[in-house]
Amino acid sequence: MTEHTLGEATQGVAASAHDLVKTYGKGEAEVRALDGVTIDLMQGEFTAVMGPSGSGKSTLMHCLAALDTPTSGEAVVDGTSLGKLKDKDLTTLRRERVGFVFQSFNLVPTLTAEENILLPLNLAGRKPDRAWFDQVVDAVGLRPRLGHRPSEMSGGQQQRVACARALVSQPRIVFADEPTGNLDSTSSAEVLGFLRRSVDEFGQTVVMVTHDPVAASYTDRVVFLADGRIVDELRNPDRDQILEKMVGLQDAAAAKAAG
Amino acid sequence: MLRLTWRNLLARKVRLLMSTLAIVLGIGFLAGVMTFSTGLNATFDNIVKGSTSDGLVRPAGDIQGANAGVGTTQVITPEDVEALDALPEVEDAVGSVDGIGSFLLGEDGKLVGGQGAPTLAFNYAPTENMAGEQILELTAGGWPSEPGEITLDTSSAERGSYAVGDEVTMIVPSVGETRRTFTLVGTADFNGGGTAGATLVLLDTAEAQEIFLDGQDAFTSVALTAADGVSQAELAAAADAVVPEGFAGVTGDEVVEETQDQIGQFLDVISIFLTTFAVIAIVVGAFIIFNTFSILVSQRVRESALLRALGASKRQVTRSVLIEAFLMSVVGATLGLLLGLGLSRALAGLFRTFGLDIAGEVLTLTPFTIAAGYVTGILVTMVAAFVPARRAAKVPPVAAMRDDLVVQEKGMGRRLLLGSIALVVGVALAAAGLTGAPGTDAIWIGAGAVIWVITTAVLAPVLGKPVLLACRSVFGRVFGTAGRLAGENALRNPRRTGATASALMIGLAVVSAVGVLASSLSATNDKVVDDAFRSDFLVQMPTFQGFPAQYGDRMEDVDGVDLVSRQQGTPVSVEVDGRSDQSFAAGVDPAYFEIYDLTIVEGTEEITGRQALLSEGRAADLGARPGDTIDVSFPGGETIPVEVVGVFEDSPTTGGITVPLSVLEDAGIKRSDSSLSITVEDGADRAAVKQDLEDVVEELPILSVQDKVEFKELISGQVNQLLYVIYGLLALAVIIAVIGIVNTLGLSVLERTREIGLLRAVGLSRRRLRTMITLESVAIALLGAVLGMVLGLVIGVVLRQSLKDDLTELSLPLDNLLVFLVVAVIFGVLAAIVPAIRASRMKVLDAIATE
Repeated sequence: MTEHTLGEATQGVAASAHDLVKTYGKGEAEVRALDGVTIDLMQGEFTAVMGPSGSGKSTLMHCLAALDTPTSGEAVVDGTSLGKLKDKDLTTLRRERVGFVFQSFNLVPTLTAEENILLPLNLAGRKPDRAWFDQVVDAVGLRPRLGHRPSEMSGGQQQRVACARALVSQPRIVFADEPTGNLDSTSSAEVLGFLRRSVDEFGQTVVMVTHDPVAASYTDRVVFLADGRIVDELRNPDRDQILEKMVGLQDAAAAKAAG
Repeated sequence: MLRLTWRNLLARKVRLLMSTLAIVLGIGFLAGVMTFSTGLNATFDNIVKGSTSDGLVRPAGDIQGANAGVGTTQVITPEDVEALDALPEVEDAVGSVDGIGSFLLGEDGKLVGGQGAPTLAFNYAPTENMAGEQILELTAGGWPSEPGEITLDTSSAERGSYAVGDEVTMIVPSVGETRRTFTLVGTADFNGGGTAGATLVLLDTAEAQEIFLDGQDAFTSVALTAADGVSQAELAAAADAVVPEGFAGVTGDEVVEETQDQIGQFLDVISIFLTTFAVIAIVVGAFIIFNTFSILVSQRVRESALLRALGASKRQVTRSVLIEAFLMSVVGATLGLLLGLGLSRALAGLFRTFGLDIAGEVLTLTPFTIAAGYVTGILVTMVAAFVPARRAAKVPPVAAMRDDLVVQEKGMGRRLLLGSIALVVGVALAAAGLTGAPGTDAIWIGAGAVIWVITTAVLAPVLGKPVLLACRSVFGRVFGTAGRLAGENALRNPRRTGATASALMIGLAVVSAVGVLASSLSATNDKVVDDAFRSDFLVQMPTFQGFPAQYGDRMEDVDGVDLVSRQQGTPVSVEVDGRSDQSFAAGVDPAYFEIYDLTIVEGTEEITGRQALLSEGRAADLGARPGDTIDVSFPGGETIPVEVVGVFEDSPTTGGITVPLSVLEDAGIKRSDSSLSITVEDGADRAAVKQDLEDVVEELPILSVQDKVEFKELISGQVNQLLYVIYGLLALAVIIAVIGIVNTLGLSVLERTREIGLLRAVGLSRRRLRTMITLESVAIALLGAVLGMVLGLVIGVVLRQSLKDDLTELSLPLDNLLVFLVVAVIFGVLAAIVPAIRASRMKVLDAIATE
C-alpha cells in the first residue's frame, strides 16, 4: 500500500452499502440489477468496481452517488443515510460531498474549461478557494487551456477538466464512471495517474467503475460484481491478477448464458 | 448560472430568433393597434377642440340634427345674433349656416371621400376657438366672399383633383337644380390639423342661406366668443336668457364632450375589434414559445441532468430556463414595440386611402403602450416557458450517465381525463348559454369556446392521431418510403406535433367560426330580402344617408313607373322606463302600404296625421298598445305626441316607430329621402324603366337603383367585405403559426441529425429527404387545419344557435373550408422549405458522427 499524507483518513468509511437491491421492470420482465450488495468504501482509498456487462456495477455506483434510489437496502455517504433524504437534501449532498467523472466527459459545451471546473461551486453559490483551484489545475496540467471551450480540446484534456471539476469542491468522495472508456491509452494513463495522485497527495477518496484491467491496476482495491452480487475482491492488485479474475467471471457468465 | 443561461441563449441564436419572432409579431400587432388608436383619438381630439368656440347657441333637445345628418328648419334671425353680440359677456357672436345633405364631386364626377366621412358644408365667417385661435386656417388662396365662390379643405381638393381657380361641382339639396358649380378660391384646414377625412365645404353666407335655408336671411346656430374674464358657463347662461324659443346656449366644453362621446364609441369599436385580433395572435405566439422551449428542454436533457448531478437544485434549473425566456421576451417585446410603431404608420396610411387623415406626429409610443407591450410580452413568454422549465428540472440526475435516456413523460391518461372533464365543462357552459342562463348567451358560449380551444390544444396529440394515421397511409401510398417515414415522424412525438398544430388550430377555429356566422348572415339576409323585397326597384345610398327629395319627384315622372314610395328616416328619442332612449323613426307615405304588406298583430295599419305604428319589439320596450300616446323628440328640439294605432311584426322595410311623413315635417325636419321603393306598371319594359331611373340619379354616382338581385349582392358584398377584413387580420395569427411549424421542423431536423445521416448513408436521395420533411410539415398543417375547422364549425353553429333571432338561417361555408384546407397544405409546404434545404445539405459522414 502507498504512503498517505493524511494517515488518519484511511481509518473511516467514506460510503457504504447495506444489502442494496435494485430492480427494474415488473413481473416477467423484472431485472435484478443489484441483488443484496453490502460494501464499505474506505476513506483515502482508490477503489475499482469491476464486472462483466450487466453485472450491476454502474447501478451500484449510481445508488451510492445519490443519483438513483435503490429498491431496498441502505446507502450511506459520509455518515448520511440516503434513503430518508428528500430531493432537495440529495441535491445538497451531491453538491457538497460528492464529485463525479463521467465516461463521456459531460462538459457544458458553451462554457470554457475554467467555467466548467467552477460550475459546481457556482451552482452552490460558493466562492472558489483560489489556492486549491490553482493546485488542482496544475495537477491536471490544464493551466494553458483554461480559456478554451470543450470543442477546442482533445478527449484527454476534456476528461482532465472533468476530473478537476470533480475535485474543486473538495468532496468527500469522487465517483468515476468508466472515466477512460472513451480515451486512447496515453490519455487514459494521464487521467488515471491524476486520480492516483489525488488519492496519494490530497487524500481523496475515489471510486471508479471500469472494465479495463489496466485502469483497475492503478487502484488500491478491486471489487468484482456479477449478477448484482459481490463475488470477489483484490487488494493492491496487478494487471494479471485482475485479468485472471475477469476471465473467470466472463466464462462463468458465458456458461450461464449458454446453459 | 446566469452566465450559463446567457451562453445558452447565444449558442442557440437561430432557434430562439424564430420563437422571438412570434413575440415580436404578436407584440408588434398589439403595440401597433394601441398606437394607432391613441393617434386616432388624438386626431379627433385636436379637431374637436380646435373647431369649437367658447359657447354655442343651437336648437334645443337631445338629438342634434347636425350630428345625425338630418337637416332641421329651426332658424335664428340676424336680430337674435345682434342681441347676443350686444351682451356684455359676449365679445363676438357669429351666425352660422350648417348645411346638411350636400355632396362634393371630384373632377372625375365621383363622390369625394367615397363612402366614409360626411360632407360638412357651411358659410365662412371668421370665428375663434376656445384657445382664442381662428377655427379655420387658409393653406392657399382666399375665403369665399361672394356667391359662386367656394373654399375646400386641402385634402378634399387634392382628392378631387382640384386646384385654386378650377370649377367645382356639388350636389346640393336646394329647391330646383341639385347640381351646382362653383369656383375654387382657396383651400383651408381646421386649426387642430387635418379634417379626419371629412369633406369641408365653405361658401359665402348669402349663398349658403340660399341653398340650405331657402334664401331666408337666418342662421342655424351661433358661435360665441366670451368677453375677457367671462367663463364658459356664464357665457352660456347669459346667451340662454336671450335666445328665441327652441334654442339653447351651451358651453364649448359641453359640445366637445358630446362630440367626443359620439366619436369615442366609434373609436372604441375599432380599437376593441383590432385588439381582439392582436390577442389571438399573442395566444398563438404563446403556443409557439411553449413548443420551442419544450423542444429546447428535451434537447438539453443531458445538460440539465449534468447540472443536477453536479448539485444544481430543481429550482436553479427551472430558473435558468425561465431567465432565458425572460431575456428572450425583453428582446422580443422591444423589437415588437418598434414594429408596432411602423405598423401604426402603415395602418394610418391605409385609413388615409379611406379618407381618414391621421397626422404622423400623433403616432408615437405612449408610456402606457410601452408598458403594456413589455408586460404582455414578458408575462406570456414566461407563462408559456414555465411548464417546459419545470420539465427540465424533473430530469433525473442519473440521465447524465446514460446514453439512452429521454425526458420521462407521463402517459396520455391524465391528459385525456383532464381534457374530457374540461370538454364537459365547456359543453355545460355553452348549454347554459343556450338554455337561457342570466347574462348574454354569447358570453357563456364564448367562455365555453375558449375552454374547447384549450382542451383541443391539450388533447391534440390524442385527437390528432386519426388524422396523422390517415396522413401516413396516404403519404406512404403516394410517395413510397419517404412518405411513410414522414408519417412516422409526425406520429413519433405526438405532443410536439399536437402543440405545433394547435397554434394553427386556433387561427383556423376562429376563421371557421367567423365563416359560419358570416355565411349564416348572408343566408339570413337573402331570405329576408326574398320575403320583404316587394318593390321592383329600391333607391338608396350605401350609407343610408338622406338624398335630395327632387330625385323622387323626377322618378315619379318616368314612363312606366307605377308607384314611388318615399321614406325618410331620422333618429328620435323616446322615454323608456323613465330614461330617454334613442330610437329610429321612419316617415312613410301612403304608397308604402300599397307596396309592402305589414303583418299587423294588433290595431290597424291606417295612419294619418299624428299617428304611429310600432314594431312588436319597440311596443314591448315602450309598453305601448294601440290607443296609447307616446312623446317622440326629434332633432331640432321638437317633441310631438303621437297616437299608437297599430303594432306590426318586426320588418326590415321600416323603422320601429313608423309615422306619416307629415309628422317629420311638423317636427321641423327638412325633407329628404332615405329610400325610394318603386314599382313598374304591368307590361312596362323593366330594363328601360331602370335605365331611365338611373339617368335621374346619374349626377350622384353613389345613389343607386337596385333590383332584388343587385340589392342581395350589395348586402352580401358588405358582409363579405367585413369578412375579408377579419380574415386579413387573422392572417397574422396564421403566419405566426406557420413560423411555429418552421421552428419545430428545424429543431426536429437538428435533433435527428444522426438519423438523417443514416438514411442518407443507406441511400435516401436529397430530393426524397426534402420530400420527407415537406410531408411531415404538411401533416402538421393538415392536423391543425382539420382540428381548427371542426372546432370552428362547432363553435360557429352554437353561436348561430344563440343568435337565432337575428340569424334565422344556418349556412355552413363548406367551399370556404375547402379553400382553407388547400391553403393549409400550401403553408405546410412553404414552412418546410428552409428546414428541408438545411437537412439535405448535411454531409452524410458529419451527420453520423454527431453525437
